[in-house]
Amino acid sequence: MQAYLDISHVGMTFAGKHDSVVLSDVSLSIQRGAFVSIIGHSGCGKSTLLNIVAGLIRSTIGGVLLEGKEVDSPGPDRAVVFQNHSLLPWLTVYDNVRLAVDKVFGRKKTRAERDAWTRHNLALVNMDHALDKRPHEISGGMKQRVGIARALAMEPKVLLMDEPFGALDALTRARLQDSVMAIHQRLGNTVIMITHDVDEAVLLSDRIVMMTNGPAATIGEVLPVNLDRPRDRLALATDPAYHQARAAVLAFLYERHRAPTTH
Amino acid sequence: MTDISLKPALVWPRVPALLQAIAWRVLPPLVTIALILLVWELICRQPGSTLPPPSVVIDTSWELIVDPFYDRGGLDKGLFWHLAASLERVLYGYALSAAVGIALGVLIGQSTLATRGLDPVFQVLRTVPPLAWLPLSLAAFRASDPSAIFVIFITSVWPVLINTSVGVRAIPQDYRNVAKVLRLNSLEYFVKILVPAALPYIFTGLRIGVGLSWLAIVAAEMLIGGVGIGFFIWDAWNSSLISDIIVALIYVGLVGFCLDRLIAFAGRLIARGAPL
Repeated sequence: MQAYLDISHVGMTFAGKHDSVVLSDVSLSIQRGAFVSIIGHSGCGKSTLLNIVAGLIRSTIGGVLLEGKEVDSPGPDRAVVFQNHSLLPWLTVYDNVRLAVDKVFGRKKTRAERDAWTRHNLALVNMDHALDKRPHEISGGMKQRVGIARALAMEPKVLLMDEPFGALDALTRARLQDSVMAIHQRLGNTVIMITHDVDEAVLLSDRIVMMTNGPAATIGEVLPVNLDRPRDRLALATDPAYHQARAAVLAFLYERHRAPTTH
Repeated sequence: MTDISLKPALVWPRVPALLQAIAWRVLPPLVTIALILLVWELICRQPGSTLPPPSVVIDTSWELIVDPFYDRGGLDKGLFWHLAASLERVLYGYALSAAVGIALGVLIGQSTLATRGLDPVFQVLRTVPPLAWLPLSLAAFRASDPSAIFVIFITSVWPVLINTSVGVRAIPQDYRNVAKVLRLNSLEYFVKILVPAALPYIFTGLRIGVGLSWLAIVAAEMLIGGVGIGFFIWDAWNSSLISDIIVALIYVGLVGFCLDRLIAFAGRLIARGAPL
């Protein structure tokens, strides 16, 4: 059976005086509806990999197929939730999402439908109370919620999240993780998430892709997380399977593939 | 006995809180002005002083101060008409420089090749003093008004152009990525991302530009003659009306201040509350 998203033999070399190989021979097949995390130490090229899938940069070798079609440019079918939210500061919360909705559904939906769809997606992330606020008037967690709403509103085939909760405090992060889990449960999106947080990876993912350290980083191991959904962070705290998965990722990151000592 | 100590100690300062706030803003500049006038008066009252003290300025140029609107034909007009003539030239020259500066700035900011090609030329040209352009423009246009307008343009276009291009280059990669993911076309990118993102920079350039235009027009008009505040000052100098010069200078300063505030206000208005 053909995979929904197929990353095959992707390599990335940045040309220069000394060519630097960032990624080498990365292959990964992702089924529709799967939640896949990519974890690794900083500098391992995980963001580069995400940007290749997004089409924001092109791989030097190999390629990405989405539903059998080659990815060669960015597009709303691979919506990105950026690490630093990337909301446009001169637009309100509503207008930030509406811009995406208008662009993606400008021809397919009527004006009223687009309005409703914008509001619907903001309600999905519990941000329908702040439609007229501008990004600088809301908290970091709220900005990230709006960023997620904007991405979801594009109805992407694959939702790409680049360390979406990296800049948030622990409590806000936990609440957003729960929201993302609930949305994934409800909509069944295919998600790729970059993270450096082991607990986050285990809690959210169906599979955890562990990257070796660069240069020439590649996939070291793929760990299936066989925990029942919906998952509850409190119940999981005492679940042996959760701890096994967590231990496996920790062992990979801190025993076999320690961060380079230069960091 | 205990409830007495709970009474608010001072009630009355709350009532004129607004008045107090206004006083805090208005009093310091008033005090400064009063001090300047006092020192000026004391220095220029000395026998043998070359410049008139404020009391003499008010006395000899009273008509000029109180009636800016008189018009006795020719160049014998109130300051309003001179300022209006100067402002008209500034308006044309500045509008031209805003349009050309923003358009070229966007082009240069967007394209590395254009930056490489044009930036060195602009960096040299922008250091040429405004008046140095005047003989050349007089030779080219053979008329005083277009020459003055050209001098305004060439003086104020550089800050607009350079700030715009810096603003365009400073658009965060994140916004560009958002535009790419949304597949905005060039026009949508220009209207929805580029212009709003570069707007604070553009208005910084416009503000510097309007200040420079006003600097340039006074100097240029001294040389080209006709109705205008610059020539008024030059004419007063030739007639030894030093008091008139002082009054005109104060008006020039006030108009320049208003122009600067006007552009700043327009910038805030257009940015619609987004942080500039």
